[in-house]
Amino acid sequence: MGRARSPFRVPTVLLLIAVAVVLSSCGWSLWDSPMTTVKPKSDFGKGIQDLFMLISWWTLGIFIGVEGALVWACLRFREKPGQPIPKQVHGYTVLEVSWTIAFAVILLIIAIPTIQMIFKTQEPEAASALRVDVAGRQWWWEFTYPEYEFSTANELHLPVGRQVAFHLHAPDVIHSFWMPQLGGKRDVVPHRVNRLTLTPEIPGEFPGQCAEYCGTSHANMRFRVIVHSKENFQKWVAEQRKPPVEPTSELAKKGQELFAQSTCVGCHTIRGVSGGAMGPDLTHFGSRKTFGANLLASTPQSVAKWIENPAHMKPGALMPDLGIRGEQSKALAAYLLNLK
Amino acid sequence: MATQVAFMPGTRAKPKTLEVIWSWLTTVDHKRIGILYGVSAYVFFLVGGVEALLMRLQLARPDGTLLSAQTFNELFTMHGTTMIFLAIMPMGAAFFNFIIPLQIGARDVAFPRLNALSYWVFLSGALFLHSSFLAGSVPDAGWFGYANLTTRQFSPGSHVDFWMLGLQILGLSSLMAGFNFIVTIINMRAPGMTLMRMPLFTWMSFVVQFLVVLAFPAITVALILLMFDRFFGTLFFSPAAGADPLLWQHLFWIFGHPEVYILILPAMGIVSEVLPTFSRKPLFGAPVVIYSGIMIGFFGFGVWSHHMFSVGMGPVADSAFSIATLLIAVPTGVKIFNWIGTLWGGAIRFTSPLLFALGFISMFIMGGLSGVMHASPPVDLQQTDSYFIVAHFHYVLFGGSIFGLFAGVYYWWPKIFGKVLDERLGQVHFWVMFIGFNVTFFPMHFLGLIGMPRRIYTYAPDLGWNFWNFVSTVGAFIIALSFVVFMVNVAKTSRWGAPAPADPWDARTLEWTISSPPPVYNFAIIPTVHDRDEFWIAKYGDGHGAPPRKSAPAPPVDPASIHMPPPSYWPLLLAAAIVLTISGLLISMYQVILGGLLTLYCMARFMLEYHRPAPGGHH
Ligand code: HEM
Ligand SMILES: [Cu+2]
Repeated sequence: MGRARSPFRVPTVLLLIAVAVVLSSCGWSLWDSPMTTVKPKSDFGKGIQDLFMLISWWTLGIFIGVEGALVWACLRFREKPGQPIPKQVHGYTVLEVSWTIAFAVILLIIAIPTIQMIFKTQEPEAASALRVDVAGRQWWWEFTYPEYEFSTANELHLPVGRQVAFHLHAPDVIHSFWMPQLGGKRDVVPHRVNRLTLTPEIPGEFPGQCAEYCGTSHANMRFRVIVHSKENFQKWVAEQRKPPVEPTSELAKKGQELFAQSTCVGCHTIRGVSGGAMGPDLTHFGSRKTFGANLLASTPQSVAKWIENPAHMKPGALMPDLGIRGEQSKALAAYLLNLK
Repeated sequence: MATQVAFMPGTRAKPKTLEVIWSWLTTVDHKRIGILYGVSAYVFFLVGGVEALLMRLQLARPDGTLLSAQTFNELFTMHGTTMIFLAIMPMGAAFFNFIIPLQIGARDVAFPRLNALSYWVFLSGALFLHSSFLAGSVPDAGWFGYANLTTRQFSPGSHVDFWMLGLQILGLSSLMAGFNFIVTIINMRAPGMTLMRMPLFTWMSFVVQFLVVLAFPAITVALILLMFDRFFGTLFFSPAAGADPLLWQHLFWIFGHPEVYILILPAMGIVSEVLPTFSRKPLFGAPVVIYSGIMIGFFGFGVWSHHMFSVGMGPVADSAFSIATLLIAVPTGVKIFNWIGTLWGGAIRFTSPLLFALGFISMFIMGGLSGVMHASPPVDLQQTDSYFIVAHFHYVLFGGSIFGLFAGVYYWWPKIFGKVLDERLGQVHFWVMFIGFNVTFFPMHFLGLIGMPRRIYTYAPDLGWNFWNFVSTVGAFIIALSFVVFMVNVAKTSRWGAPAPADPWDARTLEWTISSPPPVYNFAIIPTVHDRDEFWIAKYGDGHGAPPRKSAPAPPVDPASIHMPPPSYWPLLLAAAIVLTISGLLISMYQVILGGLLTLYCMARFMLEYHRPAPGGHH
């Protein structure tokens, strides 16, 4: 059988490239992307991040040590022409016992802060926490604020600096509630109420997404988190608690009539107008920048198109095609977008 | 056997290919069954690979439009299911079949016809699963099919039925093979081969068989519950009726975690054979490697819930499963040190089997270390169900299992087919695959850390995921290229390769003492074993002064005097009857009844086959 003349030219080059990529990626704006997990903006996220960094340094150390030993052994012990049979070493107990213990000790160093963090992040919520009930549904999110008695969809508003206690439940299948910049995910399981508590520390807008495969449009089950200053949050709450605004334009008025007459009311709530519970609450639909689980920008065109054919905009969408077309869908869109 | 004779007497006029095909359909020879497993596994590996390429094409750019949501969901489900159950597992089975009897100095496995039955049931299960493409109703709930998404309410149609019934059939095959190899390894070892003298590949495979027979019942139960829900209206997984959907996850992962060791241990065994051969040293600390294999198998049953850190089990359960998972990393890590210890001080020859084995070690280290990261539940909450996990399990399953299995392919190819694969092309294959693999999967760590969830068919363009997704797609095509090189190698070798000697690598274990490929009966005289590295010591002595053990030339044996089990077509017919029965659930109850009766009939014939002496005398 043939022998490679220089089996190490390729790996050395590769190793250099890999190191360059990894090193340069450390400084990249990559880590600042909208769904980054490594620039946390909450106490929960920070706790996880600290633990992650601790484990990363240890594993990086092991990685360099072990891969280094492997490469070194390959370089050092290549067969030389005419080399006699090497010494038949069967083992060396002291060495084997010591590396087993060394490895176990490193894992223990990882285990201790891990356990501490497990208990810390799963402490019961504070009495002063803001409770938000999260329902994961195929394929959108419903956020209810029991304290303020309203609910909204796909846009989660939180105040900075106050603990939030999410109570997660799923009316249909399993989902997973994930806001990467604010910390780890928690599954949303039917017939259970899971909890997630955290305190947002920095105002801003952060995307979130369902992280447990939940059927056709799993990829489209997104949402936005908006962390406000305390005052802005109170303003937003006040707006949301108001009754829906009355339409002003002719088109929107027509839309209002249409809404009340058609099957929309069976599934959607507009406070004072209808009480459906299958789909998102539309009372303040117009105040939301996106719809369809953060999939589509709230423009008259896209809303009208959605009404005409939901499944076309979002595969598998459970809102049926109601046969509303043309002028009618435009009128409905105008009405809904007017609901600031 | 009567039928054999009836079909073939004086059939000179008949085309020879028919005879050949018939002989493969009725074979009970472990070597041929091994080849059947290997070829089928490779074909399904290609199918799963094409599915992966399609998914990577879709994800190369944001808002991809190549595939619909439904198609993408079907592809990742079939890709995962195919790679695990129809590619890696049967590739392992190919080596169990071909190599174990040779390594332990046996003429065949304990139950040759059962062995054939395992293969035919496997193949028919695989074909049944793939017939969903013809039916236009491809499984689409992911390879771990979480309830309650898989109940009829949320998965109408027969998509999930194909998956559920297909896995059930495949489990049957694995169970039969598992029992067969346990009995084989316990009972059929050559005289003198104590358990501690057993070669490492056989050892790791031995552990795998126990994992199979203990883990598969869990998924069998889960699948039966699901089958009752879907076909007969029970409510095991219906939360509306008070069911807890986590029941499925526990049952699935108590199978699923041992399953990942079922996938990796054969590769670990292969690497433990390849490294000593090519560094010309015994395996460093072999007993430790064996014991850690057993420990992995044992602890493998105690860590399943680390797949469920995000479901809300509470801090105590999270802590317990975290500690268990870190514990299992110890025996796993220790093996790596022992492999490096084997290379240390050796005279290393860089042949393609060794390169693949080194690829295994270096990539498995990465997968193991990312595993340690998400063994910490708080950290896992950021990583689970993200591309970070996708990176992890490809580093262990592709970087680990596939590299390890291909070390075995290059290593044992001469023994199996009698020709050594071309060395240059082998090295090209390795490097292209190694580069492609890392270009594909390393960036997935980044993607996971910047929040890309797994199992999404599309993503928005403004999330910073575009570049690395594109790179990953390029890498996938580099991997595909490496398999073109492999197939060119196979074609070239089978056409122009020179016949291989019995011992082309100067190896250490019994399979290299007999011709390549081995005769039907393997060993004319069953050898007597004195050491784990029996053949090496026979050639070179033990290195501590004892001379080579040149045994006196054995008296020639007339091959005709060695009785081998005759071929049988009952395994094939029985497998067909089983699949007829099970697929009836999707077609008509009459088919189920008819199939059931046929199955009983075939079983009876299968069992009673040797109650009547065949015309040629007893076997
Ligand atoms: C040091 C060794 C290992 C450790 C500590 C480890 C740890 C883990 C953990 C904690 C998870 C759950 C991650 C999650 O879903 O959030 C996981 C997932 C997984 N591991 Fe490992 N692992 C190791 C080795 C292996 C090996 C040897 C294999 C297979 C050959 C493997 C295959 C998988 C697979 C397939 C999954 C994902 C299953 C899925 O969710 O689809 N792992 N591993
Ligand atoms: Cu979901």
